[in-house]
Amino acid sequence: MHELSLMEQTLAIATEQLRVQGGDRIHRLVLRIGELSGVDPQALAFAFEVVRDGTPAAEARLELETVPLHCHCPDCDLDFRPEGWSLGCPECGGDRTEVRAGKELELKTLEVS
Amino acid sequence: MCGSCGCGTVSQVKAEQPTRLVELGTKLLAKNDRLAAHNREHFRAAGVTVLNLMSSPGAGKTSLLEQTLHLLESDRSMAVIVGDLATDNDARRLSGTRADVVQIETGALCHLEADLVHRACHDLHLDALDLLLIENVGNLVCPAAYDLGEDLRVVLLSTTEGEDKPLKYPTAFAAADWVVITKIDLAEVLGFDREAAIAHIRRVNPRARILEVSSRQGEAGLAPWLTALRDLSTVQAGVESA
Repeated sequence: MHELSLMEQTLAIATEQLRVQGGDRIHRLVLRIGELSGVDPQALAFAFEVVRDGTPAAEARLELETVPLHCHCPDCDLDFRPEGWSLGCPECGGDRTEVRAGKELELKTLEVS
Repeated sequence: MCGSCGCGTVSQVKAEQPTRLVELGTKLLAKNDRLAAHNREHFRAAGVTVLNLMSSPGAGKTSLLEQTLHLLESDRSMAVIVGDLATDNDARRLSGTRADVVQIETGALCHLEADLVHRACHDLHLDALDLLLIENVGNLVCPAAYDLGEDLRVVLLSTTEGEDKPLKYPTAFAAADWVVITKIDLAEVLGFDREAAIAHIRRVNPRARILEVSSRQGEAGLAPWLTALRDLSTVQAGVESA
């Protein structure tokens, strides 16, 4: 359940941004969560309910965008979406797969006033 | 009373403040990543190779380390950082060799973070070490997200857990440099399908080095693991003298 500490981190980043922006309320947070990030979106949403009380985000909406897993094979220059977590290259069988997207854990956008 | 027209109703509608969007793209783990990079600088400067061991509870991390400290004691200078939610049982199990052991009790935290490792390092003489072995909290989900500054990520899979663990926890296995299959001496009695397990590891991580070990069978049972550790230190030493 590291979603709780992740959400605390998120609110710390968001609150600091709010200060920089000179606002006093956070209305919406948009997070990008990679398929291979190891984070459970439902647990994250639950953690948000727990940690937002008493913060400038107490009434904010949380939006989670899932980032699909995208890989690249440097041996045959193929971009592919692995099926069933199969990370080897489906074309040449190469094992040097690079994960190009799908590990993200990002605070993408804040809506403040 | 309304100040404009003198009527008795006062409007309850408050003017809504206009909101604005701030595009950030900030990594949620930016702070941990920064601290991990800082740890890595310390480790490089000290010339110590650092392994981060992760597994489910009970997969055999402590047994593996216990044996490793005994069997490599004469030719490698080692230390262990052990993370547990509570108790110092593991640290006590691991004491009794020359290796320094630092216990981190994480309390409610289900994983180690770079900052905790950094503080634990203050109790160690990094310069005197060849190997620093970090035993993460028993948990195959959360520790995978946190870089500690390690050189290698080692994920353990015990034969008692079943062959499909890598597919259930792809994040941890996909990020492993080495996967150690533990309790291999029990494979037969458990009906553990070794080939299927290796195929599942290969599926989520085509490049991981796979080592099969038994911590109950001493030097012979741990041969692949001990060889890998010895090679590692040799490589490191080679880099340093170059």
